[in-house]
Amino acid sequence: MGRRRKSLIARKEQRAAYLFLSPWLIGLIAFWLLPILGSLLLSFSEWNIIGDPEWVGFENYRDMLDDRTFWVSIRVTLKYLILSVPLYIACGLLLSLLLNLKVRGINVFRTMLFLPSVLSGVAVAVLWVALLNPDVGALNEVLRAIGIDDPPRWLDSPTWAVPSVVLVGLWGIGGGAIIYLAGLQNISAQLYEAALLDGAGAWQRFRYVTLPMITPTLLFVLLTSLIEAFQVFDIAYVLSRGGTQGIGDSLQFYLINLWNEAFVNGEYGYASALAWVLVLVASAVILVIFRTSGRWVYYEYDPERER
Amino acid sequence: MKTLEEKPTEEATPREPARRGVTRYRARRVSYKVAMYAILFGLTAIILLPVSWALTAALKPDLEPVFTPTPEWFPTEFREWGNFRRVLTDVMPFLRYMVNTMIIVIASILGVLISCSLVGFAFARLRFRGSKVLFYVLIVTMLIPWQALMVPQFLLFVELGWYGTYLPLIVPSFTGVAFFIFLIRQYMRTIPRDLDDAARVDGLNTWQIFWRIILPLSTPVLTVCAVFTFLWRWNDLLGPLIYLDDDSKFTVALGLANLVTRADTPWNLTMAANLVTVIPTVLVYFFVQKKLIGGIASVGLKG
Repeated sequence: MGRRRKSLIARKEQRAAYLFLSPWLIGLIAFWLLPILGSLLLSFSEWNIIGDPEWVGFENYRDMLDDRTFWVSIRVTLKYLILSVPLYIACGLLLSLLLNLKVRGINVFRTMLFLPSVLSGVAVAVLWVALLNPDVGALNEVLRAIGIDDPPRWLDSPTWAVPSVVLVGLWGIGGGAIIYLAGLQNISAQLYEAALLDGAGAWQRFRYVTLPMITPTLLFVLLTSLIEAFQVFDIAYVLSRGGTQGIGDSLQFYLINLWNEAFVNGEYGYASALAWVLVLVASAVILVIFRTSGRWVYYEYDPERER
Repeated sequence: MKTLEEKPTEEATPREPARRGVTRYRARRVSYKVAMYAILFGLTAIILLPVSWALTAALKPDLEPVFTPTPEWFPTEFREWGNFRRVLTDVMPFLRYMVNTMIIVIASILGVLISCSLVGFAFARLRFRGSKVLFYVLIVTMLIPWQALMVPQFLLFVELGWYGTYLPLIVPSFTGVAFFIFLIRQYMRTIPRDLDDAARVDGLNTWQIFWRIILPLSTPVLTVCAVFTFLWRWNDLLGPLIYLDDDSKFTVALGLANLVTRADTPWNLTMAANLVTVIPTVLVYFFVQKKLIGGIASVGLKG
């Protein structure tokens, strides 16, 4: 009797659960599963919206190997990734440590330093197109004033175009710092008190308390920033068109290339193949990081979260 | 007697260095504080000076050069406030762009709040078969960049006749956004279970528990989701770029991007338009920033 009633309640709860889930389940099928299958089929076809898609097997994927623009986009994206990810992680962490200080007026500084992260990528890019102008921009005027006679030509130079994007991103590093700050504020003060009693100095407190305790945050930031490197769009779109010409394809990020193939060239089949490469790369990155994370991510035992 | 005599001498010897140590400690403490403030002020200047430069440029009359050999960081000389009116209504239709974007933003927030709170509630507090698998699916959809699906989604929306409308930018919000569902689930899990049990004893059904008990307690995380949706939709370029083709329907991000990619726009108006488009996000940010930072902290990132 008791068991039967329980299963009745459980069944009722299950029915309710699926009702609550239904908006997401519908979206999952309509906007994820269907498009994923569609894009898989398309990636093996050639189609430019007119007529029927033509099955071409692996041709789109083979074409990539000979596609110079594809390799340029890979190179640009990797260059950005290598320059930006370590820099952003280190600077974001340093900034959050600074903003976690208990000094008077720290809230005002926090507010100011987080500010760029709410501005749109387009607005930030528009501002920096002006500031980074190699001949008359404010940044180079400042650099010349402090004695650097031959400052970089930023968006005008193939070498400096990607570093320019990294620099602009650095200006908005506050957004990343919010996430670290949340992690830092979750660390219990008792741990620091215990460390102090044991005679730990500032560096030791950072190395043996702060760093291990924020490894979950570091994992999250590492994952998202690696994936985000493949999603750079707004800033490259504006900078490569708004800046003076002459940089050619040095801001041809992966997503810019994908967008170009699909919505400018109308090569939906090829663009779908590019999208699948993106999915595979993103999945590989996620898998590798999760597999290795056990070695360096420290999870505090928290019974309340075990439910 | 001897002990009384000895006691002060014993104390006296270590006292001197100790006092010196304290002053040295204090001096170090002060110089440390000064250094920290110097860094904080320096960083704040790096953030604010470019914005102030943009304002200076936006306030210049048409014939005045925006770029000067020594950069003008503060709007001391010119106050052409009319430039803002010109980009809003006269020369450029940025007021219309702002209204357009607001429509998309409000509809998206509504969609996100309805769908994500329902789904987050189910994941956080209901038992059902397949909950583990579905949660993994949720995490996967959160990590796979949506841009990977933009081509087939585009073709789907074209097929539905939604190209050139706001529907592709709004409707998906009503089916939930993985990241927000995740945040809401994390938050709702921290609400004590006893509340549900007590409510069930009182005869409330699942919907009533959600609507009357859990939802009102979840306002911090819902605020965070609403603000993120606002920022994400207001700032989005790629979506409007793909789906909108009519200038009268453009959003601020798209309007601004077009402005810069057209070479002939004067810089003072470009900067005025730029500032106008960021004012709403900055205002929202200033109003909710305490809640936002607190909200992120309370949600936490541990799975």
